[in-house]
Formats: sequence, C-alpha cells, structure tokens
Amino acid sequence: MTLRQITEHAGEWLRGAGPHSDVVISSRIRLARNLAGYPFVNRAMQRQRMDILETAKQQITSSHRISDSLFWVDMRDSPRLDRELLVERHLVSRQLVSAADDSPRGVAIGSDETFAIMVNEEDHLRIQVLRSGMQLAEAYEQINRIDDALEDSLDFAFSPRFGYLTACPTNVGTGLRVSVMLHLPAIKLTGQIEKVRRAARDLHLAVRGLFGEGSEALGDLYQISNQTTLGRSEAEILADFEQTVVPQIIAYEQQARAALLRDRPEQLDDRVYRAWAVLTHARLLTSEETFALLSHVRLGVTLGRLDAIDLRSLNELLLICQPAHLQRIMGKTMNPAERRIARANLVRQRLGVRRTP
Amino acid sequence: MDRKCDKCNRRATHHSVEIVQGKKIEQHLCETHAAEAGLSIKAVNTPINELLTNFVKLHSGGQAMTAAQELVCDVCGLTFAEFREHTLLGCPHCYQAFERQISPLLERAHDGGGHHVGKVPRRCGSGQDRQEQLTQLRQRLDEAVTREDYELAARLRDDIHRICPPSPGSTERSDIPGN
Ligand SMILES: [Zn+2]
Ligand SMILES: [Zn+2]
Repeated sequence: MTLRQITEHAGEWLRGAGPHSDVVISSRIRLARNLAGYPFVNRAMQRQRMDILETAKQQITSSHRISDSLFWVDMRDSPRLDRELLVERHLVSRQLVSAADDSPRGVAIGSDETFAIMVNEEDHLRIQVLRSGMQLAEAYEQINRIDDALEDSLDFAFSPRFGYLTACPTNVGTGLRVSVMLHLPAIKLTGQIEKVRRAARDLHLAVRGLFGEGSEALGDLYQISNQTTLGRSEAEILADFEQTVVPQIIAYEQQARAALLRDRPEQLDDRVYRAWAVLTHARLLTSEETFALLSHVRLGVTLGRLDAIDLRSLNELLLICQPAHLQRIMGKTMNPAERRIARANLVRQRLGVRRTP
Repeated sequence: MDRKCDKCNRRATHHSVEIVQGKKIEQHLCETHAAEAGLSIKAVNTPINELLTNFVKLHSGGQAMTAAQELVCDVCGLTFAEFREHTLLGCPHCYQAFERQISPLLERAHDGGGHHVGKVPRRCGSGQDRQEQLTQLRQRLDEAVTREDYELAARLRDDIHRICPPSPGSTERSDIPGN
C-alpha cells in the first residue's frame, strides 16, 4: 500500500457506518508519548532527532502487534502535495507537514487508515486512531494495544506525579486527547448551537468547527474534545464522551431533526433539494460552498428525504473536494480559480453516476 | 531552523508565497495568527495554550516569577524565561526543575488536576535518575562526536548501552566511522 493508492477512496473512518453515523462522523483518539533519555523535539539537536526517528521507526515497522499492514512516509523526501494530502485525510497534523524541510520526521500509517503514528511532531510520538461513527471504546482498545506494543522496547518518559511527560504541559498526564466529529445541521438550522457549547463546557470539553472558525462551522461539522489530561484517568475521560456529552448532543440533534420534519417539512425539503440542484448543476464551486451544500444533502439523506446518494459517497466527496485531493485526482497543480471549475466538474460527475433514474 | 511567525515569536506553521503584480509576497504565520487571518482553524488545545500564556504573563510581575526567570533545567539547559515565551518544556526533567512554578499552572489548565491518574507504563524500571542520566550522556555523546573525540564517544556509547541495552533486532545507527 502506498500514498498513491489511498487517494481516491475515503479511509475506514469516513465510510459513513458505525453506531450513530447519522450524527457522529468519526471518533478519534490520540496519545502523546516521549522517549525517556532524550530532550523533547523542540530542544533536541538534529542528530538526536535522527536517533529518535530511527529508533521509533524501527520499533513501529517491526512490531507485528501494531499492524500487519502499514506504510512509512518520511516527511523530508515527500512532495508538498503528498504532505497536504495527508493533512486533508487527518492522518498528519499541519505542524508535522510545515516543520523545516530537513527536520527529521515521519509518519507510519495503517493501510486501512485506522491509525497513524507521527514521529517528531511536538512530541516524539503522537499515536492516533480513527474510527467511523461512535466507536470510542474500540478506538481506545486499538490505541492502547499499539501503545503497549511500542512500550515493549521503548522507554517512555513518565513520572509518578505528572504521568506521561509531554513537551507542552497541556498534554501531560494521560497524554490522551479524545475528539468526536459531529454533523449538527438541524441544531444549527434551529439556532441551538449554544446548547451544545453549554453541555460541553460543563465537562471542560472544547467545541470547535471542523472547517472554518468559531461558531462558523463549515458544513455544520463540529469537533468536541477533552482539555483535561492530568488528574483524570483514560476511563473517566472516555466516559464523559460516551455516557454524557455525546448521547446528549445526539439527542438534541435528533429532536431538532424531528421538529423540522414535523413542523417545517417543506422548508426542510427546499433546503435539501436546492442544495442538490446546485451541486448537480453548478459550473464553479468553492470548497466552502461545497461543504455547506453537502451538509444539507446529508441531512436529507439521513432523514430519508433524498435517496440518490449514500453517506459513504457524501463523505468521499467531502474529502476529495479539498485542494490537494482535487489536484491529485486531476493529475496537475491548479490555482484556486482552476480548482473551482475542477471541483464542480468532479461533483457533477460523482453525483451523476450515482443518480438513480 | 524553524521560521518564526511574522506577527509574534511563535513558530510559523503556515507558509505561503504569492505573486502580486510581479512582486513576491511571503507570509509565515503561527497557528493563532493564521486562524486570525482566516487561513486555518485553531488547534484543538488553543484555549488551554492561551490560558497558559495568559497565566504565565499575568504572574510574571510577581516577585516569585521574576526570581523564577533565572531558573535553569540542569539537564537540557532550558530557562524558565524561555518556557514562558514558548510554553514548551525542553525535556522530561524540566517538570522537576520548574515543579513549583508549573504546579499551579497545571492545576489551572487541567481543571484542578495535579496528580496523574491512569495508565502507568509496564516498563517502569526506568527510574527518573536513569532517564536523566541517559539524557545527559546522549548530550555529551553528541558533543563528543561533533568535536570528533571518538574515544570519548565510544566510552559514552558503552555507558549508554549499559543503562539502556539496545533492543534485540534494532539496527543501531553509528556515528563513529569504522565502528
Ligand atoms: Zn503569531
Ligand atoms: Zn529540561
């Protein structure tokens, strides 16, 4: 498996399945780890970073307990477009991609894209596991197994008082960051997003738009993540999401969807079919507009108002409409104006093929 | 060398080059300023990072903090002033070196949490002394190799292996020619 082969399809986490996939797009867990006996990345010299990279890479690629099928991408010798592609697929962070060109760093990626292990990002190791729908327990089980496998021969920096030691004190302790990506179009349409923020704030969780800023969440996609990593166990952090916040927000969204269906079915259908009409006929599309329209189409699909496309294909469109994917699929570099044309063409083509007569 | 943000001292993570009327305009921004310019979404942990920065700034006037400025981690050489500027620590030992200053800050950032609860690595045989010793030995090894003092480097390497035996099957890189 190589980078080239993964481009045209969405990874496992975007397959539009999994529990509560009508509201929960994906579950993501990340662990921050540092090797004992080395300075953190920001203070390590080039040679030490090389050492860390080689040691980690060796352990990751030789351990059968991590995965039978993964590939390694060295950031130093991968083209800019490839790196952008990985960012768009949520497999690496912007920070890893945009470090100095010669800075030793890389990522191991599971062929099914359920996990990625970044080496020499802010911490020596950033392990992440991605699943579609609400699958935090499964994701934690997998990441814990990877962590155990790495621990077989790597010594992690750890103190009894502060737990796993990280470069930034905001990650110290469990080093665990849980993020759940939610599609909340009905809550947004009915102006209740403040309810979501309040539910999250009570448990010290952060809410942000996946694309776009602050309250302006493009495509009505929101990410909820924990901020506390010290003084609460992995199980407690997970329970906040699984037992409290996520079920509550799912319930809000479903109530709002039911209310739309009951009280304003024409307005709802109008939204859905206008979005569909534009997507299937527009000749120029910005990614912002595409995300917004796809959100309404998705709402229509989950409520059974539109059956011309499935969730998986919608997720795929969300992914391939982004600049790097678009350029990879078209096989050339394009400026924003050219991308708008290519995006509209691609969307029409994808939606047309799947349209039932 | 990592490039700094055009608007502040943090590391730039967004780089762009545009040609406007024949002129090349470069832009390098950190996550926060890129978000401000509408180029990016803020990192998930930004609120805490901000809290950290603000907290550190707020208390920098106090005598305790002014004195703390001078504090240095004796393993990696990071000063408390540098930590305040970047909000990143330099090595695991920094947590001990700056423990008094960092503790209240951690409690703020982690909703009162001050002590680790949760997973503990199985290989806990690696005590802190041993970890620090390793960090220092590796720093010295690096310096020795840079000075081309291969005799010392070989000795330091043996010391490192004594504390931390290379894992079976690992291909240890060698900095020493002919070794
Ligand atoms: Zn800045
Ligand atoms: Zn230090």
